[in-house]
Amino acid sequence: MLPCTGRIEESLLLKAFENGADGVMVIGCLEGDCHYVSGNIRARERVKRVYSILDQIKIGPERIRMYNLSAGEGAKFAAFANEFVEQIMELGPSPINIVRAKTAQKAPEEETL
Amino acid sequence: MITGTPKPIEEILEMVEPYDNIIVAGCHGCVTVCRVGGHKEVEVLSSTLRLARESGGSKIEINELSLERQCDPEYVETLRPLIDDYQAVLSIACGAGIQFLAEKFSKTPILPGINTGFLGVTERQGEWSERCQGCGDCVLHLTGGICPVTRCAKQLFHGPCGGSTAGKCEIDQNVQCGWQLIIDRLKALDQMDNYLKLKPYKGWDSSRDGGPRRIIREDMI
Repeated sequence: MLPCTGRIEESLLLKAFENGADGVMVIGCLEGDCHYVSGNIRARERVKRVYSILDQIKIGPERIRMYNLSAGEGAKFAAFANEFVEQIMELGPSPINIVRAKTAQKAPEEETL
Repeated sequence: MITGTPKPIEEILEMVEPYDNIIVAGCHGCVTVCRVGGHKEVEVLSSTLRLARESGGSKIEINELSLERQCDPEYVETLRPLIDDYQAVLSIACGAGIQFLAEKFSKTPILPGINTGFLGVTERQGEWSERCQGCGDCVLHLTGGICPVTRCAKQLFHGPCGGSTAGKCEIDQNVQCGWQLIIDRLKALDQMDNYLKLKPYKGWDSSRDGGPRRIIREDMI
């Protein structure tokens, strides 16, 4: 949990994928409502750059998305979370997790040989 | 500062394809300021390469580091104790830094992760423009602080050419005519007499035309 999405670096978002995330949702305050003036706008641009990177390396740009809502919108948060999870479930595991699963499957087979 | 732009990731992936254990080296100098080769960019590029390589079935190990400057020997030498443990170095410093690493570590391939641009200034965040071509014979005192070598597409020394229209250069309507800028500035400074002081010709031997250049300051050696 970060106090402001403006603290998010592109490398942090990419690390999440390296650590096995199939999707990453970034949730910031409503635009124009940032306590630090432009934190969520900066985050939006960083998410865009990561979107482009994921597209270029064929992990899939749709695996990252930024949402904006206020702290009082619990129901909306739940709806956004459900929507994103459904989207990721439809996409399935990220290419990196597919490779890892195959490697993990092979390892015990090789041990028994 | 020396500016640059990132190389396309496909090009970098092709470059590092033969290797599975590399250093990605950033530089804390100019390329950090223009957001192309600093430590943040090292982290992003390294993550990108690891993700791309592992999802393609061939993992790559990366040591992420940044030198204070890749163009100074005392900082470059800090790589020496570890360089033999890696198959290659992907440098995201400017062309000078990349070449200096290659000179110092002759047995290790040094790969360029950026395309080096020009000597320029920051117009605003995310926008840089050229100001100096390092011609080695500065005339800015005569031209109102605006360089005819850099700002004039033809590098003219005697005023605007016929391709100057309404202050714009014929090469591109978004490019201001360097000489129009110079004349306007000289008028504003009340220094139009400087216009007549310009050299009859410019010697280019102090520029790139004289081959690779070297500065030796005897007072500092």
